[in-house]
Amino acid sequence: MTSKDVPTERSNGELINNQGTSIDSKTVDESSNKVKDVGNAQSSISTRESGALSTKPEQDIINKIVARYGNNVEVLYVRPSRMKIRVLPENMISIAGFIKENFGFDHAESVSGTDYPKDNQIEVVYHIGSYTVEELIPKILALSTRTNRDEPRLPSLISIFPSVEYHERETYEMIGAYFEGHPRMERFLLPEDWADIPPLRKDFRIKGR
Amino acid sequence: MTDFEQKVDETMKMGLQIVKETEEDRLMTLSVGPQHPGSGHFRFTVKVDGDYIVYCDPDPGYVHRGEEKMSEYRNFIQNIPHLERPVIHDSNNITYSYSLAVEELVNIEVPRRGQYIRALASELNRQVYTLYWLAIYGIFLGHSTMFMWPTGDRELFIDLLEALTGARVTHAFNIPGGVRNDIPEGFKDRCLRQIAYFEKRLVEYEDIFYNNPLFRQRTEGVGTLSKEDAIRLGVTGSVVRASGVPFDVRKVEPYDIYNEIDFKVQYMKSGDSFARSMVPFFDMRESCHIMRQLLDKMPPTGEVRTKLQPNPKGPAGESYKRVESGRGALGYYIISDGSPKPYRVKISVGSFRNMLALPFLLIGSKLGDMPSIYWSLNYWPVEADR
Repeated sequence: MTSKDVPTERSNGELINNQGTSIDSKTVDESSNKVKDVGNAQSSISTRESGALSTKPEQDIINKIVARYGNNVEVLYVRPSRMKIRVLPENMISIAGFIKENFGFDHAESVSGTDYPKDNQIEVVYHIGSYTVEELIPKILALSTRTNRDEPRLPSLISIFPSVEYHERETYEMIGAYFEGHPRMERFLLPEDWADIPPLRKDFRIKGR
Repeated sequence: MTDFEQKVDETMKMGLQIVKETEEDRLMTLSVGPQHPGSGHFRFTVKVDGDYIVYCDPDPGYVHRGEEKMSEYRNFIQNIPHLERPVIHDSNNITYSYSLAVEELVNIEVPRRGQYIRALASELNRQVYTLYWLAIYGIFLGHSTMFMWPTGDRELFIDLLEALTGARVTHAFNIPGGVRNDIPEGFKDRCLRQIAYFEKRLVEYEDIFYNNPLFRQRTEGVGTLSKEDAIRLGVTGSVVRASGVPFDVRKVEPYDIYNEIDFKVQYMKSGDSFARSMVPFFDMRESCHIMRQLLDKMPPTGEVRTKLQPNPKGPAGESYKRVESGRGALGYYIISDGSPKPYRVKISVGSFRNMLALPFLLIGSKLGDMPSIYWSLNYWPVEADR
């Protein structure tokens, strides 16, 4: 596992990988048309399938995204059937629209927020899948972004993927990230009179623990 | 016009003014749940205009337990008993994908016999869940025989699971690395006997319930969800399969030994309540077929579990694994920072995803169709709240 996969070791939101080099020169080698920098991420968590299955289709998808967005996309890993990229909040809607139009990812399976108090950041991950394109059905693209923890504001993806409606509401109350453009940023699972910080923040402690 | 007639006329005009309704006056707001026996621990408000529902607002959270937060305080093994609480009658499936994700994080392999046993346990549990759902669906459509029969037949599978795991509902049977114990003696014969009996019963279910004209009138053409809308809303499980999308995680992304099993994905195209109630029924039949193969192909001897260290941990990283539960794809997104406790656990459950279809289908349909639409969504409130 490279250090950039380790959540707490990232100290800033800049799109710089662990070697400090810029992403596009590192991730995309035009001559071999292959995403580097992902092999070591796979090697430490080797799954049963990883030996048998190739990640060529996944790499093709990632290559196309990187070719279009260049520096604005950070590739975190490419594993069999799983990909994760990280982008800046302002590019979220554009890239979500791009993967929907060009590849056929059509629904979000889950939206989750994670608190990183050491970096003073909040990460929101959309796990996006497809029902329509046959070769994409087993694959999940994790589209993640990081935002400032003190005032977490993100664009809502509801205009691209209507299936995120309740997921974003849940993320809003659980981690405190505000999704701009969402029609109803209100309480969902928590009681209406909840008067504490969002419970999935790391500084919210369960009583007696 | 006499004075008297004029007065009457004015009074009538005034009266008409008084009773003239605004659009808002026509609507009546009804609160369904959380104590309502027909909703489970789930509340939603509907506004009705005459007989038609014009507004629906789901309000879940009455059984929110904070499973995701609790998981951050316990190590990977300690998490099992509380993570199965959201669906105690489908507990082998909800811990299945958790085990798969943790196995990827701590990098261990499960012995083949262990893989077969936990697939068998999860299929048995799927039957228990689906029968429970069918019983509830039956009683809320006024068919009390359909409540009694599945509740009784469910006991067969509960007895099998009790013999296998030692508990009737909360099994805590799956653990990262395999299953807790081996199958007991004579289990295979007993299991085959129950499956044969159950397949006969399924024919009777079809006769008394699915071919019942009253049931068909209440479900056919009611709450139709088109394929495009099902995809757009991102619903899963029997709901998306009833709308013509053959998506079953066991088939599209086979975990453990499911790629060695021969089975068909059950789906229908009409997308109405009838299709949504039919697909779980077909699933039960297919599941019998899967269980026979599992019992047949299971290695006769061998380890069932890879022993872990007391406090298992792997390198920092993350994993997203999913299985097909009774209510659709059930995914776990686990982030580990290298310590024995997970840094973040996100449970993506089918019920929460299918909830989005509820207001979509209810708005525009009759109030009397509400039970047939609501329960056909295969919604389990406790799982949705986590």
